[in-house]
Amino acid sequence: MNRLFDLRAVIGGLFTPYGVIVTLVGLFDDPAEIDKAQGVRINLWMGLAMLALGLLMLLWLRLNPPKPLEAGEEKED
Amino acid sequence: MSGLRLDVDFVDYLILAIYFVFVLGVGFAARRAIRDSSDFFLSGRSMPAWVTGLAFVSANLGALEIIGMAANGAQYGMMTLHYYWVGAVPAMVFLGIVMMPFYYGSKVRSVPEFLRRRFNRPTHLFNAISFAVAQVLIAGVNLYALALILQALLGWPLWLSIVIGAAIVLSYITLGGLSSAIYNEVLQFFVILAGLLPITVIGLVKVGGWDGLVEKVRASDLGDAGLHTFSQTASTGNPLGANWIGIVFGLGFVLSFGYWTTNFAEVQRALSAKDMNAARRTPIIGAFPKLLIPAVTVLPGLIALVTVQGLGAEEGDLTYNNAIPLLMRDLLPNGVLGVAVTGLVASFMAGMAANVSGFNTVFTYDIWQSYLRKDRPDGYYLRVGRIATIVGVLVGIGTAFIAAGFDNIMNYIQALFSLFNAPLFATFIVGMFWKRMSAWAGFWSLLLGFLASLTLYLGYLGGVFAFNSDLEESFWGAGAAFLTAVVVAVVVTPFTPAKPEHELRGLVYGLAGPSTGADVIVAGDRVWWRNPVLLGGVALVLAVVLYVPFW
Repeated sequence: MNRLFDLRAVIGGLFTPYGVIVTLVGLFDDPAEIDKAQGVRINLWMGLAMLALGLLMLLWLRLNPPKPLEAGEEKED
Repeated sequence: MSGLRLDVDFVDYLILAIYFVFVLGVGFAARRAIRDSSDFFLSGRSMPAWVTGLAFVSANLGALEIIGMAANGAQYGMMTLHYYWVGAVPAMVFLGIVMMPFYYGSKVRSVPEFLRRRFNRPTHLFNAISFAVAQVLIAGVNLYALALILQALLGWPLWLSIVIGAAIVLSYITLGGLSSAIYNEVLQFFVILAGLLPITVIGLVKVGGWDGLVEKVRASDLGDAGLHTFSQTASTGNPLGANWIGIVFGLGFVLSFGYWTTNFAEVQRALSAKDMNAARRTPIIGAFPKLLIPAVTVLPGLIALVTVQGLGAEEGDLTYNNAIPLLMRDLLPNGVLGVAVTGLVASFMAGMAANVSGFNTVFTYDIWQSYLRKDRPDGYYLRVGRIATIVGVLVGIGTAFIAAGFDNIMNYIQALFSLFNAPLFATFIVGMFWKRMSAWAGFWSLLLGFLASLTLYLGYLGGVFAFNSDLEESFWGAGAAFLTAVVVAVVVTPFTPAKPEHELRGLVYGLAGPSTGADVIVAGDRVWWRNPVLLGGVALVLAVVLYVPFW
């Protein structure tokens, strides 16, 4: 099989913008939104968490890039 | 205007739209990697274990599962944990340690193909057709449920949701085949968790933390029984209405082993792994998230029970099935709300995609190639697979309306599983470990096991047999199917010729093919954290330990 693009790039590519968007929303949440979430700044926390997940996936890809064709690719789990 | 309508705004729709773009992007990108039918149907057997493992658990983490388990959490309390720790983890570990060497080692491309080689063509055809039909039906259920929930939450008309959901799934499977399905399943796994986690966190804050939840559940109608799993199971005087024998053997053994070890929509994920060790670790790696998923399904169910006034109504907005949507409405601000909606939509689509990708493989390899058009070039079957995908989705849309006739979609699925999977597991397990079992014994045990559970099911629907609940019927139906299949296998075998041993190599325990001796089953990897037996043992121990606080 031709080398498939790496899944870590997809996960990182989705969660990095998700993290940025939700963190931004969280920074500007008005008191009504925070009240709805029982006083938890959930957008801020989840945004940062998703940003961290996205960046970690991209970092993992950078540190351990897929090898050229025919070589085993699994060193990670 | 529905009372479930969410207050979604631009940001939430933006998050949903970004997800759709990624899903389709994965499909287009995966397409470039497809050269032959093996790439399309089995991802060219190239996937690393962490990817197939997460896809394995994700293929089961459909929205029906999430919504259904939260509903069960609200209705039955902590006893719902049995569906995870008794009803899934042991079977997943068993699949990885004991059965995967037969599946992966024999190089079969599907579960029905294993039956053809172990038994005969009639067994194969019966299973291939029943599997294909069941997958299309279940895909239809997923689609219909997606449409229902989007209608309630976002106010989209039913037909719009059905068309959008079907079109997206159709596009990415037709383009990218199994690779595309698996990649999207892993992506979906993270999106669902990101969507559900805020519900649990905010919910726990609202009820005053863990202690507050315990106190409020005790004061609810469910009472203290809702906080225990095994304590009252000597009798049936517990929320689930089942004793421990029913739980351990009915749910934990027959239903669960039937589902996890023979359901091709699951097994296919492991068959796409890049080597034997990765294939064996696939269900075991999947077992670890499975252990913890109740934290974002069962727990929100209990939180909904104590925070949503009037939950548990027979109909309307306050049915148990709406536990998660109600909490989304009450607790999530815009932003994480969009992620949660996306997670739900993603899980419906991935659930459907798992069915469709299982269907197109079995239809192409096991029905079309085996019986209708043999010996064509590979590219021909690749085309057939793509057409089968389109036809499967279209028929699924049609069957979506069959599902509309059932009041509880989850029970409809359970009924289907008990009809098809329980006898299949019995036939498999006897056939894998008893080399004398004949080809025709395989056929008759499968057919009569299926008829046994069908009889019970129709008799229950027609009022001939009485059971306490649909759920109890599915336990008994599965049990009857399993027993019938085993007895028939034992009775028929002496009267029919055995298969010659050379045809059974690699398919039956003890006939040392290259892959199925006892040494292979206990063998590991040089590195301990890649050893299936060790990892499986850890998962089982965790499943027991996690029960301790909820005994």
